[in-house]
Amino acid sequence: MSEIPDNLRYSRSHEWVREEDGLLVVGITDHAQQQLGDMVYVELPEPGVHYAAGDACAVVESVKAASDVYAPVGGKVAAVNEALADSPELVNESPYGDGWILQLEADDAAALEGLLDAAAYAAFLEEGH
Amino acid sequence: MGDLATQRTPLYDEHRRLGARLVAFAGWDMPLHYGSQIEEHHAVRRSAGMFDVSHMTLVDVDGAGARDFLRRLLANDVDRLRQPGRALYSCMLNPAGGVVDDLIAYFLAPGQYRLVVNAATRDKDLAWMAQQAADFEVRVGERPELAMIAVQGPEARQHLLPLLPAALARAAEGLAPFTAVADQAWFLARTGYTGEDGFEIMLPAEEAVALWRQLEAAGVRPAGLGARDTLRLEAGMNLYGQDMTEDTTPLESGLAWTVAWDPAERDFIGRTALEAQRAAGLSRRLVGLVLAGRGVMRAHQPVFTASGEGVVTSGGFSPTLARSIALARVPAAGAEPGSDCSVEIRGRRLPARVVRPPFVRHGKALVAV
Repeated sequence: MSEIPDNLRYSRSHEWVREEDGLLVVGITDHAQQQLGDMVYVELPEPGVHYAAGDACAVVESVKAASDVYAPVGGKVAAVNEALADSPELVNESPYGDGWILQLEADDAAALEGLLDAAAYAAFLEEGH
Repeated sequence: MGDLATQRTPLYDEHRRLGARLVAFAGWDMPLHYGSQIEEHHAVRRSAGMFDVSHMTLVDVDGAGARDFLRRLLANDVDRLRQPGRALYSCMLNPAGGVVDDLIAYFLAPGQYRLVVNAATRDKDLAWMAQQAADFEVRVGERPELAMIAVQGPEARQHLLPLLPAALARAAEGLAPFTAVADQAWFLARTGYTGEDGFEIMLPAEEAVALWRQLEAAGVRPAGLGARDTLRLEAGMNLYGQDMTEDTTPLESGLAWTVAWDPAERDFIGRTALEAQRAAGLSRRLVGLVLAGRGVMRAHQPVFTASGEGVVTSGGFSPTLARSIALARVPAAGAEPGSDCSVEIRGRRLPARVVRPPFVRHGKALVAV
């Protein structure tokens, strides 16, 4: 079974979001990394680029397939996890920690409320997503 | 998923116990990996790994006409197998020269052969063989009661041999590559699909779990279909259904070496078509590709050479080379090793280089990256 921390928000496309110092840290969930398998590349966006909610903003490529990472809320990229360039396996080893993908400066902080909480994401996975 | 017809190998409960991620493959529930496909891959290159390959189809061919039947059925010639125990790799062709399946044929004794064919093509293969066997004094029978475990890697020998029945262990000591030995219901072959030294063991299904657990206790790492695929790709070995199909000949699939042209009077199925293709010259060939930078080549992506467009037939990330590698079918004029090409990956054309497979053999990189 996959880990779903209580203190995060989740998208239906399997990203997680954590608020930190006024920015939103984004990664992919434990469930997502398990589904994808060993990561071999992570393609990161340029800081400063703006994405609307639902836009593809990064690519995680595993032994199995390449998958888009979608911006869970609209915002500007404030930072990316440069460590993933050489160590994509961090996404597998620590999806909620060292395997974070990017930080967003949200257009609207309240947009976070539109995402799933841990219980709702767990229920969403239960439905077979 | 949830297919009622999905079959389980005798090792299914072992895969569950070991935390395998199971996937449906050719009608079987098979382990994709047990946690990390890349670590399983490295284990086989550096020490030893084991694969449950019980889903593969074992077929015994017996009878006074067995030799003649196989000399008609296969593009390679079983007469090359001088002594019992010798094995060869061959394609089984249709009259147009297309590949019905690829297989390994073991010569057990005069009038006795064993074939290992793919799981995904089982029904088709058995029907084709039965149809062709009608003209020969031969029995073609599946051996579903046997399980099969592949133990592969530089340390496969030291871990496996002590676990074998005594007589088989002694025989295995001097077993040359691509040969096999039998001891009652056990069958041990020094063959594999990884580019490493190793063995494939066929044994009664009810004895498979015990051997698997002994191998595990000896430190042999369970490895799934994911690692099996990246290992065979690095080894430059074709996968049926991807790198060759009924629409491609062995000549277009890098397998000319498996076609036994001599003696000229041996009339194997597909011979006329292959001879015509050879005489006309090949328009396309199967080559290896190494991607220059980041990204991963995948099957079906277009390849652009100076001589026209081709297609990736198998692609992936090579854990040994830490680069993406692929097999691709390209116009023959663009197939020269060392030539440049590009591969369209997710809408972008990325530079790649044509190489001659294998990419990796016995733990060593054979291509520059």
